[in-house]
Amino acid sequence: MLNKSKLAVALASISFGVAAMAGQVEVLHYWTSGGEAKSVAELKKMMEAKGHVWKDFAVAGGGGDNAATVLKSRVVSGNPPAAAQIKGPAIQEWASEGVLANLDAVGKAENWDSLLPKVVADGMKYKGNYVAVPVNVHRVNWLWGSAAALKKAGVSSMPTTWDEFFTAADKIKKAGLIPVAHSGQNIWDFTTFESVVLGVGGARFYEDALVKLDQKALTSETMKKSLETFRRIKSYVDPAAPGRDWNLSTAMVIQDKAAFQFMGDWAKGEFVAAGKAPGKDFLCAAAPGSAKAYTFNVDSFAMFKLKDAGAKKAQNDLAASIMGTEFQQVFNLNKGSIPVRLNVAMDKFDDCARLSGKDFVETAKVGGLVPSAAHGMAIKPAAEGAIKDAVSQFWSDDRISVADGLKNIAKAAATR
Amino acid sequence: MSRSLESLLPKLVVAPAFVLGFAFIYGLMVWNGVLSVTASRMLPNYDEFVGLDQYRKLFEMDRWWVALKNLGIFSVLYVGGALVLGLTLAILLDQKVRAEGFLRTVYLYPMALSFIVTGTAWKWILNPSLGIEKLMHDLGWSSFHFDWLVQSETAIYCVVIAGIWQSAGFAMALFLAGLRGIDDSIIKAAQMDGASLPRIYWRIIIPILRPVVFSTILVLSHLSIKGFDLVMALTAGGPGFSTDVPATFMFVMSFTRGQIGLGAASATMMLATVAAIVVPYLYSELRAKPHDR
Repeated sequence: MLNKSKLAVALASISFGVAAMAGQVEVLHYWTSGGEAKSVAELKKMMEAKGHVWKDFAVAGGGGDNAATVLKSRVVSGNPPAAAQIKGPAIQEWASEGVLANLDAVGKAENWDSLLPKVVADGMKYKGNYVAVPVNVHRVNWLWGSAAALKKAGVSSMPTTWDEFFTAADKIKKAGLIPVAHSGQNIWDFTTFESVVLGVGGARFYEDALVKLDQKALTSETMKKSLETFRRIKSYVDPAAPGRDWNLSTAMVIQDKAAFQFMGDWAKGEFVAAGKAPGKDFLCAAAPGSAKAYTFNVDSFAMFKLKDAGAKKAQNDLAASIMGTEFQQVFNLNKGSIPVRLNVAMDKFDDCARLSGKDFVETAKVGGLVPSAAHGMAIKPAAEGAIKDAVSQFWSDDRISVADGLKNIAKAAATR
Repeated sequence: MSRSLESLLPKLVVAPAFVLGFAFIYGLMVWNGVLSVTASRMLPNYDEFVGLDQYRKLFEMDRWWVALKNLGIFSVLYVGGALVLGLTLAILLDQKVRAEGFLRTVYLYPMALSFIVTGTAWKWILNPSLGIEKLMHDLGWSSFHFDWLVQSETAIYCVVIAGIWQSAGFAMALFLAGLRGIDDSIIKAAQMDGASLPRIYWRIIIPILRPVVFSTILVLSHLSIKGFDLVMALTAGGPGFSTDVPATFMFVMSFTRGQIGLGAASATMMLATVAAIVVPYLYSELRAKPHDR
């Protein structure tokens, strides 16, 4: 195994002439679906153009859980890959184990500090040093709508407030359609809840409650109102929702059986793959009341400490390539997200992505840019999991009163 | 020389298996036990000893209690249901029915499927907008209502239904073998004495089947405690965490929530539960042996 990789490195350095400058870069990721795999292939091409050997290490499934398990065993055995797809506070946890490499040299040369919004850059740093590179930005607080279903029900535009939303939902119900396509799995329950909190309480309240986990915010009237709104949404969901996968719910909107879905912009990939045009067949808008806020879900690669000089060089080149304009554009066009780098041309992107890009820049200026709690960007896994459980239990069990739900969530937030 | 080799050979042959078994079964059990008294989070961490703190945390969690309660409901109903249904099927099949071989295969077939397949199939059958409820509505019975799978208080019973469907045939096969082993002359003697058929079954045949009942319970109950794949495929622990069982709890805590210490504590509790069933059984078996010889 070791000999083979050494041989590969040796062969690579021979074939590309400049010895010691080329190296092998092993990348652990869980991008295995169609569009994602295409994006990874682009990165591979770029690395090979620079004379490095790309060693693909894809672990499918589980939204990255499987990959994380494999990664743990590799790191524990002292043989980490060069880079691994890790995001959110997990970056800090890995960094605190002392296994991540310092990327400050590349960061400074490429001027990352000025190319990234501060909230995003802070997430990539451990004790002020860059240890990871961001790839893309997904916006989570989207509301997707079926143009045909809305037209049939006589709803003229996407709702911008919760009152408008419920009025529209009533009309849709009367028209015999399903108002909200929901996926009853705990992560999607939490995703919807997060958008409700953002819409009801605004970005600052969201930050206090779901990022800082401030007990005062978690037990406040605003939180109570969020829970009431959240429960009210449930009455517009069809009974087959529990356990349904997110893309099946998106399919209901695609087929015009359901009118709305609360989902991040990875849903756009499903619409586009089904041959639907944004703005015409399906509509995108910020979740009601959250137009001036933006919950971000940033995918990133954390870089591990390596011994081999060639491999280190390859690792730095990888980091620089990921943040480069070319990759940021190509990758995100395939993935449905937007570039995390601030000044990338958006003319090739569709309307929804452009709106996302515009809001990303604007909310970053006014402090409306907040990390998504449901998608592991804001809080450590233990507390996140406990809150997810409490939110999901409240959603699935109507016997839990709003007051009890409030108490359960606040208690879960105290998990360490 | 050759004699000593002869006596040594069996030990040599068994040794690798023994060493492997020792390291990978008992060794890992001990490792798990050690982890459960550390503060391990994302990665194993042996520096911080926290005593029984993880166990205290475990028993303070609502989710763990839900998992325990579900395990109780599931094991009792699943083992009991498979036992009763299996025995009934076996007795009916034993009445010298036609095409017995064919019927036996039909009932035994579910056992050939993995729990993942069973879970997925029943997920669709029990889903109100895909399965039975929709079928009844399509047939014109529009007031029919069966949505157990999507209600948090009844979903665990759906897991029980799927589990019984899978395992009843297995229990049947064991009972059928037991029934075939009973000496006909006993039944004939009872008939001579004028005992009715139900009485013969209740007072004579079922008591004779006691060892079969015992081994069936043992096999099924350890299946139910380990139960992971059926729940994962059927409900994935949902709605909410209302169908969580200790095995799914352990998996989630250790591998997705970064709480390895807590996961290890729950695994130890599962081990203790299995041991509570297996140890008395082994004890009674090992003690009974000398009498047989």
